Amino acid sequence: MISKDFIGMTFAPHTVCVEAGRLQFFLKAIGETGPVYTDRYASHDAGYDEFPVPPTYLFCLELEKPDPFFHLTAIGVDIARVLHGEMSFDYYLPVSVGDCLTFNASIADIYDKKGGALEFIVIDNRVTNQNNDHVADLRSTVIQRNGQA
Amino acid sequence: MTLDIDTLQIGAPLPMLNLPAITRTTLALYAGASGDHNPVHIDIDFARQAGMPDVFAHGMLSMAYLGRMLTNWVPQQQIRSFGARFVGITNLGDRLQCVGRVVEFLEHRGERVVKIEIQTRNQDGETKVLGQALVGNPSINRAHSDNLNLFPGFSI
Repeated sequence: MISKDFIGMTFAPHTVCVEAGRLQFFLKAIGETGPVYTDRYASHDAGYDEFPVPPTYLFCLELEKPDPFFHLTAIGVDIARVLHGEMSFDYYLPVSVGDCLTFNASIADIYDKKGGALEFIVIDNRVTNQNNDHVADLRSTVIQRNGQA
Repeated sequence: MTLDIDTLQIGAPLPMLNLPAITRTTLALYAGASGDHNPVHIDIDFARQAGMPDVFAHGMLSMAYLGRMLTNWVPQQQIRSFGARFVGITNLGDRLQCVGRVVEFLEHRGERVVKIEIQTRNQDGETKVLGQALVGNPSINRAHSDNLNLFPGFSI
C-alpha cells in the first residue's frame, strides 16, 4: 500500500519551454490539422502571436522532465500496474510556442477502493508562465491495480 | 470565428469526430510525441508481464481526440475547463467516435458558461472516455494583435 503520509507532499518545480518542432510532432500524432494550430495566418487571425498548444498538451509538457513519472515512482507507485483514471484542466491564459512554463506538483490525495485492490493517487499541478502568470491547473488521478500477476 | 454561447440550445449536439482505427503506429507516435513512454502502451512483452493481453491506447490520446472535437467547434480561448474520466480500455483496432452535447448553463468563477458533455465510444458503441468541458463567451480583454507583423522587415 502507498502511504497516505505522502498526501500534501510537494515536488521541486520544473520549467519547460514550448518548442515548435515538438509541438508539430504532437499535432501529427493526434491528427490535428486545424488551421489555428498549423497555419500561421489563421493562428494570427485567431489572436495568437505564436502557435497555441492544444488543450491536452500541458500534460505532455508536465511529463518533460528527466523521469516523466517521477511523481509516481517517488512515492512507490509501480508504473507497470497503473491506469490513468481521470484528468482535468482549468485554463486561465493561452499557452503558445516560446512560452516557458513552470509546473508545481503536489500530491492532492491518496485513497483506495475494493479493500486496497485499487489505489488512487491524485496529483495537482499549478502552472505559471515566464511572466509568473497563472496559466492553468492540472489534476491527474492515477489508479494502481494491486493483487494481479 | 467566436461562438456566442447564448445562441446554443440545451441538448444540441456538437459536430462529431470520427477517428481511424487505433494501430500500433498510432500508439508509438503518440508515445514519442506526448512524452508518455510507459512501455505498457508500446511494448507487448511489457504489457503481458503487466497482466494485459496486449498494448492499449493512452487515455490521454483519447482526451486529445476529444480536445480536437472541442476546438473544431469552439475557439480554444473560450474553453475554461476540460475534464475526462477513463472508464474503459481503448484497444488496438478500436475506431473511436467523439460525440458531445450541450447540457446546461451555469455560473463558473463569476462567469456564465455552458457545460458540454462529451465522450468517446468505439465501433461497438462502448463508452471509453466520459468528459465535460465548460465554455464561456470570448473575453473582452483578450489580447488581440490585429496589426502584428509576422515577418519583421516585410509589410503585409
